[in-house]
Amino acid sequence: MSVVLSCRELRKTFGPNLVLDDLSLDVAEHEVVTLIGASGSGKSTLLRCVNLLEDIDDGSVWLDGEHITGPRVNPDLVRQRIGIVFQSFNLFPHMTVLDNITLAPVRVHRTPAKEAAARALELLARVGLEAKAREYPDRLSGGQQQRVAIVRALVNQPRLLLLDEVTSALDPELVGEVLTMIRDLKGEGMTMVIATHEMGFARQVSDRVCFLHAGRVLESGPPSQVLGEPAEPRTRQFLQRIIEAGRL
Amino acid sequence: MTHTPSKYQLERVAYRRSRAIRSAFVAALSTLVLGTLLVVAITGAPGWQRVKETFFSAAAARSSLPSILDGLLLNLRLLVFCAAGALVLGLLIALLKTLRGALFFPVRMLANAYTYGFRGVPLIILLYVLCFGVPGLRLSGTPSVLVLGGAAIVLTYGAFLAEVFRAGIESVHPSQRAAARSLGLTYWQAMRHVVLPQAVRRVAPPLLNDMVSMQKDVGLVSIGGVIDAVRAAQIEVAQTYNYTPYIVAGVLFVLLAVPVIAITDWVTLRAARRQSAGSTT
Ligand SMILES: Nc1ncnc2c1ncn2[C@@H]1O[C@H](COP(=O)(O)OP(=O)(O)OP(=O)(O)O)[C@@H](O)[C@H]1O
Ligand SMILES: [Mg+2]
Repeated sequence: MSVVLSCRELRKTFGPNLVLDDLSLDVAEHEVVTLIGASGSGKSTLLRCVNLLEDIDDGSVWLDGEHITGPRVNPDLVRQRIGIVFQSFNLFPHMTVLDNITLAPVRVHRTPAKEAAARALELLARVGLEAKAREYPDRLSGGQQQRVAIVRALVNQPRLLLLDEVTSALDPELVGEVLTMIRDLKGEGMTMVIATHEMGFARQVSDRVCFLHAGRVLESGPPSQVLGEPAEPRTRQFLQRIIEAGRL
Repeated sequence: MTHTPSKYQLERVAYRRSRAIRSAFVAALSTLVLGTLLVVAITGAPGWQRVKETFFSAAAARSSLPSILDGLLLNLRLLVFCAAGALVLGLLIALLKTLRGALFFPVRMLANAYTYGFRGVPLIILLYVLCFGVPGLRLSGTPSVLVLGGAAIVLTYGAFLAEVFRAGIESVHPSQRAAARSLGLTYWQAMRHVVLPQAVRRVAPPLLNDMVSMQKDVGLVSIGGVIDAVRAAQIEVAQTYNYTPYIVAGVLFVLLAVPVIAITDWVTLRAARRQSAGSTT
């Protein structure tokens, strides 16, 4: 299987704060990788670096074997091939759901508006939201907004989907509908990197779990191993705390 | 599917209705009392008869109205052009100020110098300089005093509007821009489709407020010799020693401002509603 995403010795600092310290990570096609780790361990930062929303301080990122952190790369073209969904949805409040989704296809890919709308409606229908197409985002529940945000990221038909704690702003009963959607995406073979605090979900959906600590991938492997019988004491500590907090 | 309201709901509705009738009655009564008091105080004043003749003479109002209306037409035309010009200039300057990167350093610097300088200069001085200084150069193709005066107003207001636009642009959360860029939109596409629409909506009330203010300031071009409504009134007053034309011009200005102010209030109200709707989710 071919490698879709490859991060080589990534280094990222915020002032004196070293957040990513020579971090390396490969993601194969159709693979679902979840990133776990304490708050502040750099999960979001890693996803933002991959999407070129942050400038890295060293290392390189490769997408389908192409170096995307080179000096002469046009980040706008790269981002069209990577979808990202944020914890806080970040839908555009002044546009309807449909316009949110078709903005990029129409403006970036020059898809005819009709065609883009048809495709958007089809995707919305698959997550049961076609009735909301003409609504503004603030009329939707959190779970509905997050599903729209995922549809918006998918409409570009990205090679890789990055999900940053897409359920942590949601009430427990809304989490399920978003997780179902992600599970369906996995079934369709979407390559995904997911930062999450939901260990149960990580166990169900991921092919591989990576535990981030001190700016590196400290431990990585199938969920049963990393979450069940972690080799590293740090990982055990982290999971212990999560069990105590009642989140596993 | 017909719903019969419970006795509690009926009670609430009845109470609300009685309150509404009561407050309408109180409002009407207090207005009446205050109005009577004002009329008695003014018409009862010893000099009222003289003031009435010099400020509220129907004959003088009728004879001065045509020339004042002519002047007002000029105010209106000037207002439309100056408002359009200042909005475009302000938006352009605000956009230039948001540019990052070394290449745009001189552009940023010029834009900053402009907003600093022209917000400080009194409009009247700029009008003197442009209306009298520029024609004094005796260059061929010098535009008319009207155009020069309009330029002075556009330059002054453009500087204020630029700051209003910039405040709006900065009030849009950075995550909105990040979300737009993550979809592959370029800097300008993100600005045009995501940031600016939200920014303009937010600053629409102050922008319209500045338009109301400009409506009064466009008349200042009369120092260059063109005849606007106020200047027309002044000419009438000088001929008759009756001040009624000023009152006529004043009333016309207020009437002109009413629709703009009403729109401003409506937009402000709508913005406030939207905001509170947004914050509940
Ligand atoms: N824009 C920024 N400026 C300065 N420091 C930042 C910035 N973004 C993140 N950081 C710092 O980088 C570190 C990693 O943050 P990051 O958001 O990647 O953590 P995280 O693993 O996603 O945490 P969480 O689980 O709470 O979301 C933190 O110490 C944070 O303070
Ligand atoms: Mg995070």
